[in-house]
Amino acid sequence: MGKTLFDKIWEAHVVTEVEGGMQVIYIDRHLIHEVTSPQAFAGLEKRGLPVFRTEKTVATADHNVPTQNQHLPIQEKLSRFQVDKLTENCAKFGVELYGLGHPYQGIVHVIGPELGITQPGRTMVCGDSHTSTHGAFGAIAFGIGTSQVEQVFATQCLLQNKPKRMRITVDGTLQPGVVSKDIILYIISKLTASGGTGYFVEYAGSAIRSLSMEARMTICNMSIEMGARGGLIAPDETTFNYLRGREFAPKGDAFDQAVAYWQTLYTDEDASFDQEYVFNAADIEPMLTYGTNPGMGIKISEHIPTPDSADNPATFRKSLAYMGFEGGESLLNKPIDYVFIGSCTNSRIEDLRMVAEYVKGKQKAGNVNAMIVPGSQQVITQARAEGLDKVFIEAGFDFREPGCSACLGMNEDKIPKGAYCVSTSNRNFEGRQGPGARTILASPLMAAATAIAGKIVDVRNEQ
Amino acid sequence: MEKFNTIKSSAVPLPIEEVDTDQIIPARFLKATTREGFGDNLFRDWRYHSGDSAKEDFVLNNPIYAGEILVAGKNFGCGSSREHAAWALHDYGFRVVVSSFFADIFRSNAINNGLLPVQVSGEFLDKIFQAIEANPKAQFKVDLEAQTFSIVASGDTASFAIDPYKKMCMINGYDDIDYLLSIRDEIEEFEAKQLIP
Repeated sequence: MGKTLFDKIWEAHVVTEVEGGMQVIYIDRHLIHEVTSPQAFAGLEKRGLPVFRTEKTVATADHNVPTQNQHLPIQEKLSRFQVDKLTENCAKFGVELYGLGHPYQGIVHVIGPELGITQPGRTMVCGDSHTSTHGAFGAIAFGIGTSQVEQVFATQCLLQNKPKRMRITVDGTLQPGVVSKDIILYIISKLTASGGTGYFVEYAGSAIRSLSMEARMTICNMSIEMGARGGLIAPDETTFNYLRGREFAPKGDAFDQAVAYWQTLYTDEDASFDQEYVFNAADIEPMLTYGTNPGMGIKISEHIPTPDSADNPATFRKSLAYMGFEGGESLLNKPIDYVFIGSCTNSRIEDLRMVAEYVKGKQKAGNVNAMIVPGSQQVITQARAEGLDKVFIEAGFDFREPGCSACLGMNEDKIPKGAYCVSTSNRNFEGRQGPGARTILASPLMAAATAIAGKIVDVRNEQ
Repeated sequence: MEKFNTIKSSAVPLPIEEVDTDQIIPARFLKATTREGFGDNLFRDWRYHSGDSAKEDFVLNNPIYAGEILVAGKNFGCGSSREHAAWALHDYGFRVVVSSFFADIFRSNAINNGLLPVQVSGEFLDKIFQAIEANPKAQFKVDLEAQTFSIVASGDTASFAIDPYKKMCMINGYDDIDYLLSIRDEIEEFEAKQLIP
């Protein structure tokens, strides 16, 4: 019986097993940020413990940082205190910190890959559910709670039940105007927000293989939105080429040796999965969400389902009432107030290039407030080098500095109550982008088209 | 962690599905650097108007309902991995959350904080909601050792699953670090053998 990609990596990291079946899993890399680490550091301090493997731990400040005037002290008192606490803890415990002002600072799931910290075959965790992003490299990566952050600090290990295995195959060719964000929104709309719970997902098929690393990250990033702990994609030449030369990737002979190992990381032909789904890429259209969880998504050509067709009509009605939508209506031509392009899902250089190419020479609609927040210092530096910043500013977009920003509204970047925001982020939960904010998830291309039109349009029909 | 064994209490009904952790504790309240005090902002935006006055129709503001047990619709705790959600529920006074389905990370965070997730069938969940509707003071009994959840008046009982190791930890008030530290030698042996770190 063959093994899945997931099995191969998991089994290579089992330290031991406890009675009842839970396993102790060794964690190769631990990423931390300011929001979910302070209580874990405090726990270590209380127990008088050091960080066991500081060289396998990397910190950045992202969730709580302002996206304007980052060279100045943080204005908001509680945010400043939390970011300062991270700096203090990292200094005290000897953890490398890419804080504000550092050329490597950025959203934790953007900097891991771009620095080459994320590598095939590794186990990676972070106190953040979108850690699943790193699975794009053929790594087992998943989000954990703060108690577990403390466990990894103390022992570089976690006690885990082995998840079940799911494979989602997407074969065929995407239509023009349809991008990787649409693939994952489509999958989640089919599986629902809980359809992946208990599973680790492998994404496979020709449509997935044809994607760039950054596009693959967008897919793995949102695995958690269907409840899966993580998602991963077998590494291939695209992966190796992306990693070659990155700061923390192996160099010279060591890189070749690593590639030889990475090439063994694939699912054997005769391996079996607990659950399989197969989708046709050609069936996917630009996708939008209409409700208050990422499973509530439709194709641009479709209409919002009616409450009577939902599993739980009461919950469905509550959701539509929050969004101010009616069952049966189309989202086309809905006026939009805000456009947010950013987050660990879609803030990388390819996302910015895609948006810049679309908005170049155009002007954003007067009714829309449009914000672009790059994922990292490296992304913003690259964007400036390519002149993308000028394109955005000339088109009337607000081009900000790196951070999580309006994806979760922890800093000042919030969407006002009742306002509609077409967002490239990952969650459309009630109040996610600010109390009362109404989020419609979409691809960077659809977000760009919305900003220009001032309303929801089908990007396939726009020039 | 505090020890958990049996609890007999009335329950608070929240018959909403897909309750995500952003609802349990919105991100703007995650700026604290300690574990205490999150209960004040539990379900903040469902519980209070923007001007901080209480929303009368939200269950936590209805004095008829009280107790250490929260009963909620399926896929409770989905979304963000923030452990603050478990801290907020515990800090508010809940010791048990009952649902027909829990998100993975929330389940693990809850158990690590002495908050017991009890997963029952959809049918049994409906029975619990009906029992509360018939009598808001209806009593429920949770027995972790026996892994049972009972509606006291009717005697209806459902069993629930929990990993045997995590059950032992909850009953004794242990956390995983104690165990992981005890196998440090094994961890170091593993590191020495690892081919590509």
